[in-house]
Amino acid sequence: MFVPFTINLFADLQQIFQYQFMQHAFEAGTVVAIVAGIIGYLVVLRRSSFAAHALSEIGFAGAAGTVLLGINPVFGLLGFTTVGGIGVALLGKRATDRDIEIGSILAFALGLGVLFISLYSGYATEAYSILFGEILGISTGGVIITLAVSLIILAVAALVYRPLLFSSLDEEVAEAKGMNITLLGIIFMVLMAAAVSIAIQVVGVLLIFALMVTPAATAIRLSKKPIYAITISVLIALFATWVGLFISFYEPYPVSFFVVSIVFILYLVVRFIRPM
Amino acid sequence: MGTQSDVVIAEHLTVGYTRQKPVWQDANFSVSRGEFVAVIGPNGAGKTTMFRLLLGLQQPISGTIKVFGEKPNRGNPRIGYVPQHHTIDNETNIECVELVRLAFSGNKWGFNLSSKEEKKIAFDTLASVGATELATKSLGSLSGGELQRVFLAEALVSSPEMLLLDEPLANLDIKRTKDLVGVINDVVTSRKVTAFLVAHDINPLIQFLDKVIYIANGKVATGTPEEVLTSKRLSALYGTRVEVLRDSRDNIVVVGAEDHHGD
Repeated sequence: MFVPFTINLFADLQQIFQYQFMQHAFEAGTVVAIVAGIIGYLVVLRRSSFAAHALSEIGFAGAAGTVLLGINPVFGLLGFTTVGGIGVALLGKRATDRDIEIGSILAFALGLGVLFISLYSGYATEAYSILFGEILGISTGGVIITLAVSLIILAVAALVYRPLLFSSLDEEVAEAKGMNITLLGIIFMVLMAAAVSIAIQVVGVLLIFALMVTPAATAIRLSKKPIYAITISVLIALFATWVGLFISFYEPYPVSFFVVSIVFILYLVVRFIRPM
Repeated sequence: MGTQSDVVIAEHLTVGYTRQKPVWQDANFSVSRGEFVAVIGPNGAGKTTMFRLLLGLQQPISGTIKVFGEKPNRGNPRIGYVPQHHTIDNETNIECVELVRLAFSGNKWGFNLSSKEEKKIAFDTLASVGATELATKSLGSLSGGELQRVFLAEALVSSPEMLLLDEPLANLDIKRTKDLVGVINDVVTSRKVTAFLVAHDINPLIQFLDKVIYIANGKVATGTPEEVLTSKRLSALYGTRVEVLRDSRDNIVVVGAEDHHGD
């Protein structure tokens, strides 16, 4: 397949959307970017970026295991990251203080993933797409699963928005006010686990920061109001995903490379103009 | 002990994690509505434990404590709390009014993005502690004294009848300490709230205080500052000879309390 890029963007998009795999990639990518942008804000606010990365790598074992069983890897991702997320939530109030425990678990999970993937005959390609994302290969079923998981994440996030934001900002006072900090911590970790699982489809296990952390970290520098920062975070994630998909249609390089690069450049620029 | 106006009554109160090794024991005191009370004592004496008890976050080993006539209950909306440690640091880029707003409605499910009423309440509360100009500033950009004002507003926004302030004066210079104590005292008198304030140094507070709860050596002494801050009372409390000295401006120093090498 070779389609030349023209200056007429509209014509280009029409061209791109003639391909079903590109339609699916845009659908899933859009939904994932919205979810990752929103949950990412809470990840950054709670300083849980290491936990996000850890859950992602724990997900690798799940994905590799389900591939071995011949099931859609997203189910393995959801299962492993959710159990891992609840575990991290129960470990301690602030996940950042638990980096040794979390690090040890994630190394074990990665090792398990390597074993599963080596038992599978399609070794190299499967490992590659889990680690670095394979959004161009997402099926209709995959899009529907992604959409369903996203709607659940968004509904739960909307419901717990205020208690979660307050307890992330001032946990001690929230606890004294009678809020259930442990339960909120578990809800947050499960939300993060689900968001990580669907985001892995786009950027892969190793590049999860690109959607779950960097857009929100950029946005937090640009607005002091949570709702604006969340909106900016979503817009950055969407922009990077769309542009990444668009370029990768014309260039033979991985989508995740473009997504990561766009997000990183924006982060650098904002860091430069808005040092905190 | 205990009258109609008493909002806190403690009788034979013993707290700690094990019965064998209580943090402090047999405390008896009562605090009336609108009183300004300092909780004083050396590091690790159990001052924060007193707050955890009042908040219902910890249960006594023995004895009774009543807050507003009832056993302390976690999440009592009549209490406003400013903890010593906060999650907020200099990387928290969220404007102050958002924190105060969340302290008002953060325990509710769902979201309410642009409630004018909530915003007004948050702004008014910040104004009442002289922090109007801080409302739209980022929490991470504030100085220690400014942050304490915002935390005070955070505690006051739900109109509590009692304030628990854990070390709000820590790390403030003399001028900022004086300013903040002035603001707190204004709040106590104008809103008729009962305030407990944990502090290391009693001097900036002493002229405003109705009561002192002095915790040391596993024991608790309470009374007016004049009653408690005497060589005799504190020697009995510490179980060793200490002396309370006063300078020409009535600042007090407790000598011999934290340094036992000369015994």
